[in-house]
Amino acid sequence: MMNPAVLIASIYVFALAAFLGYQVISRVPPLLHTPLMSATNAISGISLIGSLVLAGASHYPTSAHVLGFIAVTTATINVVGGFGITDRMLKMFGKRKTKPEQTEVAK
Amino acid sequence: MTASTYFMEATYLLASILFVFALKRMSHPDTARRGMFLAEGGMLAAIIGTLVGTHIVTWTWIIAGLSIGSIIGAWMAIWVPMTAMPQRTALSHAFGALAAALVGVGEFAVRSSEMHPITRGALGFEVMLGSLTTTGSLIAAGKLQGLIPGKPIQFKGQNIVNLLLFLSLATFFVIFLAHPEASEVFYTLLALAFIFGVMLVIPVGSADMPVVMSLLNSYAGLAAAATGFVLGNNVLIIAGTLDGFSGFILSVLMCKAMNRSITNVLFGGFGAVTAESTTSIGGVMREINLEDAAMQLAFASRVIFVPGYGLAIAQAQHAVRELAEMLEDRGVTVKYAIHPVAGRMPGHMNVLLAEADVPYSSLYEMEKINPEFPSTDVAVVIGANDVVNPDARDNPKSIIAGMPILEVDRAKSVIVLKRGQGRGFSGLDNPLFFKSCTAMLYGDAKSTLTHLAQAVQHV
Repeated sequence: MMNPAVLIASIYVFALAAFLGYQVISRVPPLLHTPLMSATNAISGISLIGSLVLAGASHYPTSAHVLGFIAVTTATINVVGGFGITDRMLKMFGKRKTKPEQTEVAK
Repeated sequence: MTASTYFMEATYLLASILFVFALKRMSHPDTARRGMFLAEGGMLAAIIGTLVGTHIVTWTWIIAGLSIGSIIGAWMAIWVPMTAMPQRTALSHAFGALAAALVGVGEFAVRSSEMHPITRGALGFEVMLGSLTTTGSLIAAGKLQGLIPGKPIQFKGQNIVNLLLFLSLATFFVIFLAHPEASEVFYTLLALAFIFGVMLVIPVGSADMPVVMSLLNSYAGLAAAATGFVLGNNVLIIAGTLDGFSGFILSVLMCKAMNRSITNVLFGGFGAVTAESTTSIGGVMREINLEDAAMQLAFASRVIFVPGYGLAIAQAQHAVRELAEMLEDRGVTVKYAIHPVAGRMPGHMNVLLAEADVPYSSLYEMEKINPEFPSTDVAVVIGANDVVNPDARDNPKSIIAGMPILEVDRAKSVIVLKRGQGRGFSGLDNPLFFKSCTAMLYGDAKSTLTHLAQAVQHV
């Protein structure tokens, strides 16, 4: 189904994404490591789009649709829960970045 | 290609770019939150693009899955307390990995035999990583939640069993490559991976959880990336790889912070602390009462708080902030020293203290704060043990020898808040507790800190 040229392009994408990921993520301060983990986790919930196809596309049998349904559910939990909790955490970090006497408050 | 397919591909490209921007903005707390809005927009675009660009025949399963998932996800996002963040994250890894594994099963059922061998290899990795991360993360979540004992669960010949499991996993993977149509081989591979995930995490002690969490994070991401290879979908490869590398970088950082090699962690046996002969320390632990401790703090000019997992268990983050504010009002300089592996996941302490409104400018990383201990009047250790154990620095025979520590013992005086006289999670003696400058204050950290704040007020 997939021809070798596409496969090789995929490997390029993988290698470049790995390099980019290393560059970007090594700049994240330890302060934000928990939100980072929960954010990347939410982003990897992108496997949701694979699950959507499995759950509803024409070229799959009904049994695959059922598997897809479970996958859509868990991936959606991951995406919604992951982004939601990341936002909750980051809101806390933004809240009072300065000491009270320097009244500048981030919203 | 039809117009809707082009549209779908465009949303995927957009999503990939937005994900990278979002992670770039994670480099500072001020920009991080708005950066995540970009990622959320990217995710939404990719979902809409998929639904538009794919020939969907049944919407029932899709709508049901999206609705149920959103409700549970939103419930988790809103109601999970910050102290439960590690187990929530572990659970989330399990969900993500399970989705990847299920997509793999679906792909196998439909078109395994027509796959390119490399794609089939990716499919094998996808289901293996997906399955072992699912069960491994569930065990980790169970341990963190206290449903499964946090102590390492070990038995005779564990390493041999694990090695055999690993070898059979590898064997079945190879057989699967050669016989793509043999479903019994594929499902055996799946089952072995589920078992392997359990075996990988049960021998791990609670104190090593930060490393395990990071590794599972990495595996979950790589499983998604492998899914991308199977489906020929670049946004899956990019997002999965970003997650995989993020987890990998965090694992390396956590390993460094514990002075463990990555191979030691990758190939099992981590946290398997064998009860080596620890030099049993003589001497007595000096106890201090609340009033004296409050007096000491009130008249200090520099105080450093050193939080550990005990702070999280006692949910004492608000109490410590109240005490700190009380001291600051008296003109005491208060700082917080954060060890990279304090708590149960990377950045655990930072999140807890941020929840209690502690400004992040008061939180100091280990390298920055260590030179300040000698000029510190009182260091207050709250439920931390191994990360302040001077044996790591001074005693080459210690199991944790070489692990970088917060050099609390160099402060002029130390007050240790502890639940009781027992040892820490690693079961090690801590010479810090026997030093003449150290005083022990026993009891629940939260109520102790609250009472300390009251006592400081009355000084």
